[in-house]
Amino acid sequence: MKYIDEFRDGNIARALGRAIAREADPGRGYHIMEFCGGHTHAISRYGIADLLPGNVRLIHGPGCPVCVLPIGRIDNAIDLALHRGVILAAYGDCLRVPASGQLSLLKAKARGADVRMVYSSADAVKIAREHPEREVVFFAIGFETTTPPTAVAILEAQKLGLANFSVFCNHVLTPPAIANILESPEVRRYGTVPLDAFIGPAHVSTVIGSRPYEYFTEEYEKPVVIAGFEPLDVMQAVLMLVRQLNEGRAEVENEFSRAVTREGNVKAQALVAEVFELRRSFEWRGLGEVPYSALKIKAKYREWDAEARFGIEYRSVADNRACECGAILRGLKKPQDCKLFGTVCTPENPVGSCMVSSEGACAAHYAYGRFRDFEEVGL
Amino acid sequence: MTIRKGYIRPIDFRHGRVDMTHGSGGRAMAQLVEELFLAAFDNEWLAARNDQACFAVPAGRLVMATDSHVVSPLFFPGGDIGCLSVHGTVNDVAMSGAKPLYLSASFILEEGFPLGDLKRIVESMAGAAREAGVAIVTGDTKVVERGKGDGVFITTTGVGVVPEGVNISGERARPGDRILVSGNLGDHGVAIMSLRENLGFESSIRSDTAALHGLVADMVRAVPDIHVLRDPTRGGLATTLNEIARQSGVGMLLREDSLPVRQEVAAACEFLGLDPLYVANEGKLVCICAPQHAQLLLEVMRSHALGRDAADIGEVVEDPHHFVQMETGFGGRRIVDWLTGEQLPRIC
Repeated sequence: MKYIDEFRDGNIARALGRAIAREADPGRGYHIMEFCGGHTHAISRYGIADLLPGNVRLIHGPGCPVCVLPIGRIDNAIDLALHRGVILAAYGDCLRVPASGQLSLLKAKARGADVRMVYSSADAVKIAREHPEREVVFFAIGFETTTPPTAVAILEAQKLGLANFSVFCNHVLTPPAIANILESPEVRRYGTVPLDAFIGPAHVSTVIGSRPYEYFTEEYEKPVVIAGFEPLDVMQAVLMLVRQLNEGRAEVENEFSRAVTREGNVKAQALVAEVFELRRSFEWRGLGEVPYSALKIKAKYREWDAEARFGIEYRSVADNRACECGAILRGLKKPQDCKLFGTVCTPENPVGSCMVSSEGACAAHYAYGRFRDFEEVGL
Repeated sequence: MTIRKGYIRPIDFRHGRVDMTHGSGGRAMAQLVEELFLAAFDNEWLAARNDQACFAVPAGRLVMATDSHVVSPLFFPGGDIGCLSVHGTVNDVAMSGAKPLYLSASFILEEGFPLGDLKRIVESMAGAAREAGVAIVTGDTKVVERGKGDGVFITTTGVGVVPEGVNISGERARPGDRILVSGNLGDHGVAIMSLRENLGFESSIRSDTAALHGLVADMVRAVPDIHVLRDPTRGGLATTLNEIARQSGVGMLLREDSLPVRQEVAAACEFLGLDPLYVANEGKLVCICAPQHAQLLLEVMRSHALGRDAADIGEVVEDPHHFVQMETGFGGRRIVDWLTGEQLPRIC
């Protein structure tokens, strides 16, 4: 495939791997967090860890939209679909996330809830137009990448005068989550969790640009390299970060310059600013309440806000006590450190959210890398 | 006006639709069976009009397989539910090394389904059966109310006979064996996907639906001691290999660079976020054989029209965890796991 195979070339990968091994100082460790689930998936799927020297460690971050969605929010969505008679339009990867009462949207569907999988917010608007007699709610989740399309859906509904369409908004923001991790006592105060540098998100950065990360390099002195989702992008970003750390630099560098600018997508930002405003606080799975880390629909578009229309009340629900998703999302633990991993918690029967989406750290390790947990599978 | 004696107005296949009487057991059903199924399938067993087919059993071991078909949409590039329902069961029988002989066909029709579409489907089945040299010897028709079905569901059951000395089974993969596939992966699933209403993208990809027993017969003739044969349908190659690894108590190691995937299929999968390893095939087989037989089998496969793009994709290894692993084109290694959840519902 043209324009894709070039970014998956094994020979270049091995050359980059050799360069990283040559330049990485064997006397120190390099702890690099990839924030984004897209990177987590690419790292596992292409076996990137096999090409890196042992002292360069990749830590999976919380940038998997499905993983950070708290149980209470999914309970709200299930309630809408199961008890309020709405058609709930949701992205496919939300459907299997475990919620309260052994339910998920998929299980609610089997009990009669009208849950429809959509590929875009436009599909949800289409369903609303096709079913004027039904209330249609779009279960909007995701980081800055999926937010502009949700804004477009609301503006489209306004233009069409769609009275039966509304959005249950759960959009979250990347920079406050990174700040939350850097502010965590384990990283900042005790230093028990070494975290030296970040691989910055690919698609999110096409929208917000590279400028928001400058704060992290200035305030926390952690280098950031924004990278594309192809495996060679990740390898190149690791090399750039190793160099920054070796030279004692902490800068925002842009490996994904084919798509990301410093300013980002100004038009998309304007759409988001038109429709959404900051929430004072939002609960993240794993991170807890994070101030100013999510968006809500402005009062001016209240008519299309499902939270207002259905009087949705949020109730926080604790994770399964043995589930380590929280620690895993903050980089404190690895999937294989969790007692439930691969036993009680599997992709077929996920207990925690990290086992659901293919971008989740546990699902990625289970699907692609768990043979490494067994010594005898050396081949 | 004179009416000819014994005249029944023929079924209006152009404008007519299935109604509840077509499944009632009465005259309307008898007429549908006669004018459609008997006419299309045309064989001595159906012509006998019994509730069962009675045939002589040849010597050897008898093989039996059944398969239900619920594909949506019913018509797709490269085929339709009719020929698919014949190929599906013929292939399940053939994967034992057997020669398929007879099929049964059971239809669940939805009230209101256009009779013209049903005719197209039945004729496509008849054509596929004729081409495969199997007879559809018995069947059944039921009708459900509008909204209780989705046009038509078809269940077929097949029987065949395994030649002497052939023992092909999912538990016979041994460390050191080679893993071969008969051609490009993922064509059927992507062809169906390209028609789904909310995705609609233009593509030239056609379903690979085909009966594989001819190819199997050539392979078995060349190498009677093939260890495993299986057609990687739902769940794709990845799921099939995991099934075999578990059955045989072994692991597998694939090489990503050797997997045959069409450029267009790879591109469509990239765009849809699918992995061709998990996308359904309807005219491909996986063969596991002793290493010394691999080259000969590849040559036999490549000289058959349905095996032209056959490839050796990896080997069976010892592994107490039964992992299917793959060396990625990138140079790393990863697991190729079972399919989780439902990637593409109602693909066959």
